[in-house]
Amino acid sequence: MPWLVIIFLLLLLPGLYGGLYLAPPDYQQGDSYRIIYIHVPSAWMSLFIYMVMAVTGAIGLIWRIKLAEIMSISSASVGACFTFIALVTGSLWGKPMWGTWWVWDARLTSELILLFLYLGVIGLYGAIDDKRMASKAVAILALVGVVNIPIIHYSVVWWNTLHQGPTVTKMDKPSIHVSMLIPLLLMALAFKFYYLIAVIQRARIELLTRERNSQWVKTMVSENDQ
Amino acid sequence: MSMQEFFAMGGYAFFVWTSYGLTLIVLVVNIVVPVFQRKQFLRQQALKQKR
Repeated sequence: MPWLVIIFLLLLLPGLYGGLYLAPPDYQQGDSYRIIYIHVPSAWMSLFIYMVMAVTGAIGLIWRIKLAEIMSISSASVGACFTFIALVTGSLWGKPMWGTWWVWDARLTSELILLFLYLGVIGLYGAIDDKRMASKAVAILALVGVVNIPIIHYSVVWWNTLHQGPTVTKMDKPSIHVSMLIPLLLMALAFKFYYLIAVIQRARIELLTRERNSQWVKTMVSENDQ
Repeated sequence: MSMQEFFAMGGYAFFVWTSYGLTLIVLVVNIVVPVFQRKQFLRQQALKQKR
């Protein structure tokens, strides 16, 4: 854990320094584009974490591995947070650049649906008392929701949307200058490590709650109580 | 570049700093909440064991 935090900070701080200070202002957008250093990595994370949640959910569903179930549900809240950040920062960028906080554009709408899927997963899990049963139900919901992931990713290609097309993840050379790209990649990596830290934190408490009647948790509780 | 210029963000200070501020809050809350939950859990279970 401390190592993860150190790596996270080693990526985050140069990422922020490069993104907020070193990188030049955009020739059209001025300094407002600096929001992308959190917006784009958050949006990537929102998709990445959803896939982790669905895959671990499927593993839990098929092989009934408890750890996979725990990883799946622990990912949901972190993923929901990143989706929320992507939407809000996108909105904060859209206001000065597009002149509106929100449009029902394909990219924005499908990302909003992703947030509802995450919230659905969290709510469904909370509604079922038997957590093994809850994990099954949640995994099925998460797997059905996977259909939304390619829709989000390709929405800017399939539909003529207000949201811009891909600049980094295309086959061609990225159409972004290296001084702007490096901080972006640093931030993206930093967010990956943040996810690891956050998901482990969540998984710990989830594991404790599930195993509250087992001997090792009882021993831990009584040792902690002294 | 002066400090003032840096914080002004070329006139986009509100949008840029609100984005970064909100992100910071959400990310910190995500880490802190499980710590509190863990403490609460240990307290509750300890009470249960004493009964």
